[in-house]
Amino acid sequence: MINERADDDATPLVEIEHLAFSRGSHVIYEDVSLSIPKGKVTAIMGPSGIGKTTLLKLIGGQLQPDRGNIKVDGIDVHQCSRSELFELRKRMSMLFQSGALFTDMNVFDNVAFALREHSGLPEAIIKRIVLMKLEAVGLRGAAKMMPSELSGGMQRRAALARAIALEPELILYDEPFAGQDPISMGVLVKLIRELSDALNLTSVVVSHDVQEVLGIADYVYVLADKRIIAHGTPEELRLADNPKLKQFIGGEPDGPVPFHFPAPDYQKEMLGELN
Amino acid sequence: MLTRKIELLVGVFILSGLMAFLVLVFNVANIEVKPGQSHYTLYAKFTNIGGLKVRSPVKVGGVVVGRVTQISLDPTELVAVVELAMDKQYEQFPETSSLSILTSGLLGEQFLGLTPGFVMDDIGMLQEGDYIDDTHSALVLEDLIGQFLYSVKSKDN
Amino acid sequence: MSLTDHIAGIGRSAIASVTGLGSAGLMLWGAIARVPKPRKGIPLLIKQLYVIGVQSMVIILVSGLFIGMVLALQGYNILVGFGTEDSLGPMVALSLLRELGPVVTALLFAGRAGSALTAEIGLMKSTEQLSSLEMMAIDPLRQIIAPRFWAGVISLPLLALMFTAVGIYGGHIVGVEWKGIDSGSFWSILQASVEWRQDIVNCVIKSLVFAVVVTWIALYRGYNVIPNPEGISRATTQTVVQSSLAVLALDFLLTAMMFGS
Repeated sequence: MINERADDDATPLVEIEHLAFSRGSHVIYEDVSLSIPKGKVTAIMGPSGIGKTTLLKLIGGQLQPDRGNIKVDGIDVHQCSRSELFELRKRMSMLFQSGALFTDMNVFDNVAFALREHSGLPEAIIKRIVLMKLEAVGLRGAAKMMPSELSGGMQRRAALARAIALEPELILYDEPFAGQDPISMGVLVKLIRELSDALNLTSVVVSHDVQEVLGIADYVYVLADKRIIAHGTPEELRLADNPKLKQFIGGEPDGPVPFHFPAPDYQKEMLGELN
Repeated sequence: MLTRKIELLVGVFILSGLMAFLVLVFNVANIEVKPGQSHYTLYAKFTNIGGLKVRSPVKVGGVVVGRVTQISLDPTELVAVVELAMDKQYEQFPETSSLSILTSGLLGEQFLGLTPGFVMDDIGMLQEGDYIDDTHSALVLEDLIGQFLYSVKSKDN
Repeated sequence: MSLTDHIAGIGRSAIASVTGLGSAGLMLWGAIARVPKPRKGIPLLIKQLYVIGVQSMVIILVSGLFIGMVLALQGYNILVGFGTEDSLGPMVALSLLRELGPVVTALLFAGRAGSALTAEIGLMKSTEQLSSLEMMAIDPLRQIIAPRFWAGVISLPLLALMFTAVGIYGGHIVGVEWKGIDSGSFWSILQASVEWRQDIVNCVIKSLVFAVVVTWIALYRGYNVIPNPEGISRATTQTVVQSSLAVLALDFLLTAMMFGS
């Protein structure tokens, strides 16, 4: 297996080497290696059910790989102690698909939560920081609302404000565009790009929304068949002639990635010749 | 984040729990808070204590003057030895007093009845650690019935 | 299926149950070790005392009153046949202190607070709030589990004491006010037969044990829920069923240990 590597012009923040992971008897990754450069937007694409969220949880140290290692800023996520891991997590944050806002507090307290826990700053400064973050995602007016009163798009923006509250170096986006209307989608695309540029954040976007991802990513990895099947800049991928990649980017229903889940012969099963 | 109302209600909750505890301790279990030195100990031997238990009351004319604190068997004489904690404020029992095991009602709890004896010049008062010599054992219902049946039979003959 | 498959199946479920017990034990230990700390932990604990304790108070007090009254009524009808209705006081008080107080409170607690705990934590898990705490470098055991565990352990004994006190009062209402037992003899006989160590301390010990078990089961079921609506409803049911059974079985064990000899 060849080591897939991004351009070497940027130093990598996250390095994944020969990662293998399985849930029970179901193998999710066989041998995945990739690196995520500092200060860039890196996208990881692939069909649903391929374990893209699992990859983010592996980077965050919430799951243990079967083999291989993941290094964030040179620290092996799965070998370090619990306190080292917690220190590392203070430097990264994750935007969950559901938003995962704390349902028992309002938007302001949600954003302030990590600051109150970790920063030790006085309340007056925390208030200013929170209002700045909410302003950045356009939700300053909704500070006193409860998460249940927000629409799906607003929830995700509030979660984004919470994710950037501690000014992390690395943000992991889990399906940020899934289930959004075109306007919220546009807002999120703009926010992710702007935050990345303005704060010099390293962003990892996991998604299957091809056009949005190709629009904002600096570099793209495509996952399929338990491994990386292609990688490159969005332009390179659009021009590639890998049939699987073409099917995925073009959104064709059938092709090398089969429409059918593996099954015994259709005709035989219908005629009852199988037992 | 916590409102004053929540804090207040939690306070009320904890206080009512403690109140319930105190009610149970003082009103229901009737614990008497008294300094340790307010008792003196007496002993008595019985051939049969029946249903007497630790904490059974010692009464004089129906007034509780002490409690049973320990029941054991004398290893040589093989009779029951009962240890009594007597209230310090009742110290005026002559050595001739007698102690009997009585039953409240027909089937009730058993208790010790103390009958004060006569007072004479050469007879002192019961002191800490004394034995009460004059004791009457518990009446066992089965024995009574047995005796009764026996006497009825002998009359018949 | 062949014989070896069956044996392997037995082995698999044995391994699974031992693993489950182990992880539940680890969670319990984690919660016990994380005693709420003054500055950050106490507000969380107070909030949970409100949710778990204060909000269970009404059902506990009302149930206690009615159970005490029913106990007195039934007891009176039996005792009056022996002419010993004066012993109604100890009958009500001892039944409540030794058994009904701790046990019924624990069962009501499992239904009222335990199921709510499981559903709440299950929902937090399925909406990834627990994961999100972990990613924020905040320990969910400290932030979510430990305050709830300690609130449960503090609340249940207090509730059991309230239940018992109110129940005895209910017995008093029926026995004295309604059936006309002399108030003096009701209380004096009751006081003569209730013992501080034997009855009241054991009542508190029992309800403490039940508190640990019920809260533990509720939290574990929530924490290990299968994150979908069906999983949450299953976990909630399991909490009530398992903690009720555990309370009744433990009650037998504790009674045998405390009053058996």
